[in-house]
Amino acid sequence: MDKTVNQKAWFLVLPVFAVVAFSAILPLMTVVNYSMQDTFGNNQFFWNGVGWFKELLDPSTDLGGRFLASLGRNLLFSAIILAIEVPLGIVVALSMPREGWTVAVCLVILALPLLIPWNVVGTIWQIFGRPDIGLLGYTLNSLGIDYNYVSNEFDAWATVIVMDVWHWTSLVALLCYAGLKSIPDAYYQAAQIDGASRWAVFKAIQLPKMNRVLLIAVLLRFMDSFMIYTEPFVVTGGGPGNSTTFVSIELVKIALGQFDLGKAAALSLVYNLIILIVCWIFYTVMTNAGTERPEKKGAA
Amino acid sequence: MNSIPGRRIIMVVFLIFLLLPIYWLVNMSFKTNTEIVTTMTLWPHQPTLENYKRIFTDESWYSGYINSLTYVLINTVISISVALPAAYAFSRYRFLGDKHLFFWLLSNRMAPAAVFALPFFNLYSAINLFDTPWAVALAHCIFNVPLAVWILEGFVSGVPREIDETAFLDGYSFPRFFVKILVPLIASGIGVAAFFCFMFSWVELLLARTLTSVNAKPISAIMTRTVSAAGMDWGLLAAAGVLTIIPGALVIWFVRNYIARGFALGRV
Repeated sequence: MDKTVNQKAWFLVLPVFAVVAFSAILPLMTVVNYSMQDTFGNNQFFWNGVGWFKELLDPSTDLGGRFLASLGRNLLFSAIILAIEVPLGIVVALSMPREGWTVAVCLVILALPLLIPWNVVGTIWQIFGRPDIGLLGYTLNSLGIDYNYVSNEFDAWATVIVMDVWHWTSLVALLCYAGLKSIPDAYYQAAQIDGASRWAVFKAIQLPKMNRVLLIAVLLRFMDSFMIYTEPFVVTGGGPGNSTTFVSIELVKIALGQFDLGKAAALSLVYNLIILIVCWIFYTVMTNAGTERPEKKGAA
Repeated sequence: MNSIPGRRIIMVVFLIFLLLPIYWLVNMSFKTNTEIVTTMTLWPHQPTLENYKRIFTDESWYSGYINSLTYVLINTVISISVALPAAYAFSRYRFLGDKHLFFWLLSNRMAPAAVFALPFFNLYSAINLFDTPWAVALAHCIFNVPLAVWILEGFVSGVPREIDETAFLDGYSFPRFFVKILVPLIASGIGVAAFFCFMFSWVELLLARTLTSVNAKPISAIMTRTVSAAGMDWGLLAAAGVLTIIPGALVIWFVRNYIARGFALGRV
């Protein structure tokens, strides 16, 4: 992978730079601008310095309380779905059939939830979970379990988590499967000769080979669950109360619901900063993994 | 590949878990509202196509699909055409700030849509693109262009450098080499990238809903409006949902081996 230095390559990158700059830098500048100001309507703005940021990080104020509560909920949500999806994804990947037409069928069905519009994912679970018309809600209630995601906080959380597991476990499974497929058969034969147990094979051969894809999976899932909006919005609308109001839902409420530009902008910047840090870790991991095993890169 | 005990059962149970909610949606879409509300039936006892018929005849419904498809297609074309040269540049050359630029692109792919909803609303209102497919198409570029660059870069790197060099020795100009040689060689990669641009734009709701009001309203926004309306029309909602799944389900077979790759930004 020896690349030649050529500054003219910038011309090839210029269109991308222009398009993304138009839709990223320009709006972000407005956000920065708003975050320092206060408005009393009529397009009159007043300088507010770091006031919004102070309020945002102070739990005793309304804004800070809402932000930190939704941040806490969101981190809890991300932790729970990672704890479920990663082990489950590994198990599913290990359960994939070895060859034949069933492989293709499994791949297609696994991929199906990933390609459903997010609001339809919400709709599906809304319909599926309703106690009166949904198979899940109806069955649970007739089994004597009082389940109602509209009024019960625990049920709402359970629904949102099961929905996310349904939606995204396939991604972890498909990534792990891609990692597993790259293990040469010789490794397994060697293990068999050594009389290695099933667990030893997993720990010594399969897990190390899945390291990289697992890392990608964890980071992708963390970031996507950290900015989840549509699915819980459709199913629970952030309720009951505020129990499933995650950061994105809170932000949209402040920005487009109340049109509180300054507060929303300050929240956006802090939110974006968190994402940026995680992103940077992700990028470092990806590029480092790329230099360790350059032969993997671009293996179409 | 070495597998675990009971793998067939695990796989079957998991696939049923995946398919059951989808089956329920399809089931609902063929039922009348009376059947949905009054009885609990595992399959439609009086199957009806009424829900689908209404979507295809009522303009406020089918226009939603047309609007969605319009901005998705515009977005896919823009994303792929600007990403192709950039992918080539990232794959072949080193230049000032290339690594930072590559990271910056990734960070935009990961930026929360909620952060951009309000500034986009102001921006596109200011340049009179609000409530047009162009606004949504351009807004979705923020995550689709980086995605396309990352995926295509992987595919371009799979093409040996010798091919470029031979072509240039043979007297090909750069644009001619690009169109005549490189593009056909990575055609499958372009297909994969286009598929993922299509999908990610198709599944997004927040920006699409924020940037449209009447004329360019996407199907996803029409569906949420129905949800909040009094007197829920479950059958119709289910039918609308089933129709949004179809584009993905149609192409899924052709891209099944690339799904992991696309979601991992071409890095698997």
